Amino acid sequence: MIHNLLSNYVEAGAIVLFGIGFTMLLFHKNLIKKLIGMNIMDTGVFLFLASMGYISGRKAPIIANGVTDMEAYINPVPAGLVLTGIVVSVSVTAVMLALSVRLYKRYHTLDLDDVYALSVHINEDR
Amino acid sequence: MNEKFLKWLDGDDAYFDQVLDSSMEGVPSRETLKAERRAITNAIVHSPRSRRAVAAGSRTLRYLYYVVAVLSAVILIGVLLYCVSGLPRYGQENVRADEVVERYVEHGLEETGAVNVVAGMILDYRAFDTLGESHVLFTALICVMILLRRDRKNMDSRLEDYYRVVQDRYFDTSGDEILQGVGLILVPCIFLFGIYILLNGHLSPGGGFSGGAVMGAGMIIFCSACGFERVDRFFTLKLSSWITFAALSFYSFAKGYVFITGANHLENHIPKGTPGAILSAGLILPLDIAVGIVVACTMFGFYSLFRRGSIGGN
Amino acid sequence: MAVTEIFKILIMIVMIVCAIATNLTKKLLTTVIIFMSYSSLMCILWVLLESPDLAITEAAVGAGVSTILFLVTLKKLGQLDERDAEEEAGHE
Repeated sequence: MIHNLLSNYVEAGAIVLFGIGFTMLLFHKNLIKKLIGMNIMDTGVFLFLASMGYISGRKAPIIANGVTDMEAYINPVPAGLVLTGIVVSVSVTAVMLALSVRLYKRYHTLDLDDVYALSVHINEDR
Repeated sequence: MNEKFLKWLDGDDAYFDQVLDSSMEGVPSRETLKAERRAITNAIVHSPRSRRAVAAGSRTLRYLYYVVAVLSAVILIGVLLYCVSGLPRYGQENVRADEVVERYVEHGLEETGAVNVVAGMILDYRAFDTLGESHVLFTALICVMILLRRDRKNMDSRLEDYYRVVQDRYFDTSGDEILQGVGLILVPCIFLFGIYILLNGHLSPGGGFSGGAVMGAGMIIFCSACGFERVDRFFTLKLSSWITFAALSFYSFAKGYVFITGANHLENHIPKGTPGAILSAGLILPLDIAVGIVVACTMFGFYSLFRRGSIGGN
Repeated sequence: MAVTEIFKILIMIVMIVCAIATNLTKKLLTTVIIFMSYSSLMCILWVLLESPDLAITEAAVGAGVSTILFLVTLKKLGQLDERDAEEEAGHE
């Protein structure tokens, strides 16, 4: 099993990156660090998906010199899927950063546990 | 002049603050701003009642949470790594992915006219994905506008918004000489490069998203170097909304009529041209330009909303 | 092994080190800058995996606009300057 992991090193590295991002989501209380952890998880998933299309010895899928043989190019389908994913990831990051700015304006702290505790007793004043 | 520069270069920050403070008239000093902000934070977060509420969370629950978190992370990564070791060997051809890839690569050039197989795939064979994704970008811009827009109706606390507006002006980078010198050389080059990537989407690597993102980044540098007043002369809210709406509706009508006419849609009468020329590949070039416009306006809209709370100026 | 394989392994190791480093730093500005370098390394990896479209998009979007949005948010929240962050945290 270790031999298989070492020969598929790109996929194993992508899973390790996903794991690092996941632990950043779980263990830090600061909101900005959680957002960076989620971005690292996203890029790990894109690396895993697009490395499925790589075939060693072949070239990028841009048709050159009229060679339209399937045996000369890598698989182009996963690259198209990941292209959509990268842009969606930046949109989600922008919306979550806007949410964290509003949250800070209300509670004046970026610590999520404190926000939970304060939200109970700030709202009971109104 | 030399010894002041050397002092600043050595990291003597107090001198730098003095220079900044003395150059702004009619603005309260940095110490006053910091004292006001500290007062507000103390009143909300560090009052005795808040401290009691924060400390009232139970301690055993926190330890239990950490133990369960460590266990779940280890189990998840272990299961995923075990699955990776069962995958087929990296770099070999996948035997089952034959038919779809064969159709895209071998008949892609004659059916779509695009030399770049990936661009031809996402804008001709799978055009609905790109349509949905442009709408996702537009929706994200609307969400950020709802959350962060600041005009006369929703400035509630005068003190908070006053010091935020003043602090934005305080950190304004538009008069800086290094930034302006570098920006005036770089910005035309970045715009030209972005337009080149956009127009050559079907001939070489690039396309709508990359070209639009590079153009958006060029607008951001221009805005930092030359200030918001110059950008407001040509990029107003009305212009931005209208061209985004025009681009999205053009894309929707160009590919959305199949909902009415059925899956065997009408013949595409736009000629495919010779592969390798810019004006070729049918409808791919106009769609590329539409997607690029949406992405560029969205990226600059995000930056403008975060910096000062509006797109075209209040 | 070919040279490109060794290069890919080297870049993956540096990327994992960058990701662990964002986990362990205390200041937020350092975290954002390490994240930007992580995105740039990812862009090189896309070129080595023969997908140039993804490389241009990741360079413009990941190491460009996304990092700029993080920095502008940090400026709005007052955490950019380490002295300000320390003063806010030092009152507890």
